[in-house]
Amino acid sequence: MSILIDKNTRVLTQGITGKTGQFHTRGCQAYANGKACFVAGVNPKKAGESFEGIPIHASVREAKAATGANVSVVYVPPAGAADAIWEAVEADLDLVVCITEGIPIKDMLVVRNKMRAKEDGGGKKTLLLGPNCPGVITPDEIKIGIMPGHIHKKGRVGVVSRSGTLTYEAVAQLTELGIGQSSAVGIGGDPINGLKHIDIMRMFNDDPGTDAVIMIGEIGGPDEADAARWCKANMKKPVVGFIAGVTAPPGKRMGHAGALISGGADTADAKLAIMEECGFKVTRNPSEMGRLLQSLL
Amino acid sequence: MKIHEYQAKELLREHGVPVPRGYPAFSVREAVEAAQKLGGKVWVVKAQIHAGGRGKGGGVKLAKSQAEVEQLAGQILGMQLVTHQTGPAGQKVRRLLVEEGADIEKEYYAAALTDRATQKVALMASSEGGMDIEEVAHRAPEKIIKVFVDPLVGLSDAQAGQLAAGIGVPAASRAEAVEVFKKLYACYMASDASLAEINPLILEGNGHIKALDAKFNFDSNALYRHPEIVAYRDLDEEDAAEIEASKFDLSYISLDGNIGCLVNGAGLAMATMDTIKLFGGEPANFLDVGGGASAEKVTEAFKIMLKNDKVKGILVNIFGGIMRCDTIAEGVIAACKAVQLAIPLVVRMKGTNEDIGKKMLAESGLPIISADTMAEAATKIVAAVK
Repeated sequence: MSILIDKNTRVLTQGITGKTGQFHTRGCQAYANGKACFVAGVNPKKAGESFEGIPIHASVREAKAATGANVSVVYVPPAGAADAIWEAVEADLDLVVCITEGIPIKDMLVVRNKMRAKEDGGGKKTLLLGPNCPGVITPDEIKIGIMPGHIHKKGRVGVVSRSGTLTYEAVAQLTELGIGQSSAVGIGGDPINGLKHIDIMRMFNDDPGTDAVIMIGEIGGPDEADAARWCKANMKKPVVGFIAGVTAPPGKRMGHAGALISGGADTADAKLAIMEECGFKVTRNPSEMGRLLQSLL
Repeated sequence: MKIHEYQAKELLREHGVPVPRGYPAFSVREAVEAAQKLGGKVWVVKAQIHAGGRGKGGGVKLAKSQAEVEQLAGQILGMQLVTHQTGPAGQKVRRLLVEEGADIEKEYYAAALTDRATQKVALMASSEGGMDIEEVAHRAPEKIIKVFVDPLVGLSDAQAGQLAAGIGVPAASRAEAVEVFKKLYACYMASDASLAEINPLILEGNGHIKALDAKFNFDSNALYRHPEIVAYRDLDEEDAAEIEASKFDLSYISLDGNIGCLVNGAGLAMATMDTIKLFGGEPANFLDVGGGASAEKVTEAFKIMLKNDKVKGILVNIFGGIMRCDTIAEGVIAACKAVQLAIPLVVRMKGTNEDIGKKMLAESGLPIISADTMAEAATKIVAAVK
């Protein structure tokens, strides 16, 4: 079992013809059931053409109608990425995974509020993962995004993180210890995003294929604390927690647009304390995430 | 990106928010000319640096004659202004703002910012103006009034009225305050700001509302569509190493320690800094080389780190995912040779072709210390710089 995606997921790629989109589409196609899962591309100027055997359609709606795709992955450059997300939402897909880094925050604010207005008006709810994220993988079934597939191993531990390489770090530690993953999810480093830690923790909690979770966060924003408080009341599975940025100075953006200490409550220390209070096994040593998880199984 | 107070006021003025009359001055002569142009009997001479706390640091002074303007301008221009935000070295004052004096009846606080939890724009106001809002939030949170604005709808009259009434603007001035809040919101949205703060927002003796000080931050992702904001950039206010790094698409932040670190990915970079600290060292910087750690990028990153005299050792931590470890090893070896590295270097590589990469480093003939985990790498570099 897994969350969000599995071997039956059918993916269309927005931005399939750009350099990044081409490179990672090849990587996703080559992983597990990728050939069967990646069924369409979208580019209004190249409709009718194909890439690596994947047919390109003029719009998300057409691609969905022609192929039955239910998930989209977005590699569209920042200036057009929010529009690309909205196109996928308007086409009533189940999930949009936005890899693009550097989207203006205002564009994300607008598209997130449009998504909410659509849901409030009785429209279909489309989940958004990202932006500025590595994507999501269900080992040995399907990978949607830019993560290196071969470090993963099929199993029963969930991983969720804002950061790409820190997710890989946790996954690699688990795999080295012989512990496989149910799904590994990168929710992205931007301040205005779709699925948050709390949403992914809910899904892992409900997933019979997940026994334990590594939740990785970083400085900035209330998300990790919100997730921890929810877990305290609801989570039935052990959680290992790590927060990056204990040494980050306040007021400085640490690479990710969202990694910025702006008040007293969003420091790494404050989040670690709340996570501990809420029953997480926290570590300040990121090299220990895998072993700590092992000790809980 | 941050801008100066006088630039922030220009921006507010363009959007119809009332601000005091004033002129920027880059020299004592310009300061005096500004005072002459303004006329009147009282002037305020304000140091223009990006850091807050200028008043307490002695960078904001009241002048009651033009001779005093001249004297104060001479005193403030060129001074190393130390505030709680500049660090002990302070920031050199290169620009002034000379403004007409204001008749302050009451000081308020107003700000617009993007709220992550609600994914709306938060408009905030407080009756406790002129002081640090964090302090107010701590001491008297009930004195901060917040409304959340859906960007699809905009700030309504009712919401703006709620702010004005909530902070106790007298009835006669309330309509004006409502207009100011609406214009502040419009300015925030139009300029892709990430923070717009007016502190204090004042009520004058004559009942008018005015922005007496202003601070803006902008979303760097949106600067591509705002050449008018980019034109405000003042490189003197930014860290030279950070500017240099940005030219090579490296994300770099100077810190106070002595161990340089070079990492791919922002989260892993922070985690590496934290591990150094955990094992008794202090990181000298945050440096994310991004997805493509090419020989050229690694070399430039080394050069930037080594410009900092305090750096006594370097820790490279790369997770080779899409980028293979042998490619990274090649980059590190080339960089060591190019900069003739003379301080200890610990390299920790993980991921694709890890063994080939490690072998290349070992056979390079360079004194590179290899490590398997972040913890081992941190232990080794901390020992090496002691």
